[in-house]
Amino acid sequence: MPTHQPHTYRPDTPSHPPVSFPEYRSNVLRAPHRPFVLLPQRLGEITGPLLGEGRVGPHDHDLTLGHDGEPQGQRIIVSGRVLDGDGRPVAGTLLEVWQANAGGRYRHDLDRHPAPLDPHFTGVGRTVTGADGRYSFTTIQPGAYPWRNHDNAWRPAHIHFSLFGTAFTQRLITQMYFPGDPLFAQDPIFNSVRDPKAREAMVARFDLATTVPEWALGYQWDIVLRGKNPTPLEEEDDDDE
Amino acid sequence: MSDSHAGLQTTPSQTVGPFFSFGLVWPDGPFVVPEGTPGAVRIGGTVYDGAGAPVPDAVVETWQADPDGRFDHPDDPRGAVRWKDFRGFGRSATDPEGRYSLLTVKPGPLPAAGGGREAPHLNVSVFCRGMLVRLVTRIYFPDEEANAEDPVLTSIEEARRATLIAAIAGSEPPVTRPRGYRFDIHLQGEHETVFFDL
Repeated sequence: MPTHQPHTYRPDTPSHPPVSFPEYRSNVLRAPHRPFVLLPQRLGEITGPLLGEGRVGPHDHDLTLGHDGEPQGQRIIVSGRVLDGDGRPVAGTLLEVWQANAGGRYRHDLDRHPAPLDPHFTGVGRTVTGADGRYSFTTIQPGAYPWRNHDNAWRPAHIHFSLFGTAFTQRLITQMYFPGDPLFAQDPIFNSVRDPKAREAMVARFDLATTVPEWALGYQWDIVLRGKNPTPLEEEDDDDE
Repeated sequence: MSDSHAGLQTTPSQTVGPFFSFGLVWPDGPFVVPEGTPGAVRIGGTVYDGAGAPVPDAVVETWQADPDGRFDHPDDPRGAVRWKDFRGFGRSATDPEGRYSLLTVKPGPLPAAGGGREAPHLNVSVFCRGMLVRLVTRIYFPDEEANAEDPVLTSIEEARRATLIAAIAGSEPPVTRPRGYRFDIHLQGEHETVFFDL
């Protein structure tokens, strides 16, 4: 049985937050204390669920639809590309998003923020990237909301993103932020990313070309998943001993 | 557009937060195979934090080979093969008691470099409020001779190996096959699960 693999995926730890980051209070009892064991990438790691079209309804990319009326707040369009670490588009991959409404409240039983719930906004969307790796969501600018992490703590406005890519190794859950948010400096989740360049990569770019006149503001946000190692050549056999 | 050697920097991971369930929960998420599939088994357990408290806001995802040890994926060098009604992927949010549960079929063994094989196992991602990066672990099966030669399992110090092996959760008399497996996940503490760096 052939056992060689076409490629593996490059490590990317410098851009990720640390496992242990106690400034984020709920991290303290949940972060493992022992070092992780290096897992060589084998068949189960270089493959992954190829979830796409079958999981997405016709209006799932537009979070302002599906209710009896228009949701409250500033309508926005968030578009961008999903790329791998070599700049190649990741086509046909499922993106899932969820977010608070314009008042900063989630449609979730445990959200106790006393902001109004919007009867015309749920805050869940799905789409699949095109052949060029592009995606686009229409939604409402989410509001900031308070939490109890530290004195007078507020989360900067953000949209949660979940992506599969094409391999177990590429799975990513992240958050997209909005440019110029004054809440960045006090937010431990945003600042858990220690590399300033990587942190900046979580902030979308306002884009007048995406903006639709008299209808919606536009943002561009590209998401980069892990890149592949170069395909091993003949010497692979020698490595297999 | 990108330097072919340096490449682009990966977008950082962030926590799923406390309210992911309305975004990530699918009605068919826990069903790697549909209910009624012959040979289907339930795999579930509780996610615990460092104080031993159940974690009610976690999501557990699994990825696995089919019973023949194949992946329905173009990067499987043996070629993509699809096993009937098998998605390979499972997703279960934990309930208020910290429990997750999936319905699946036991995967077959996998070929490994050098002519060995990997014992049947599931790859697992754990996300929760409080964790900034996903945790990766594996679920192995207790009733499996191939565990003794599995290159990953045997690389773990013996005292911690048990954290990667599920327990038989119940069987029908006479004991012909297990009805289910229990795999608890300890994020921290004395029984901390072995987590992997990919």
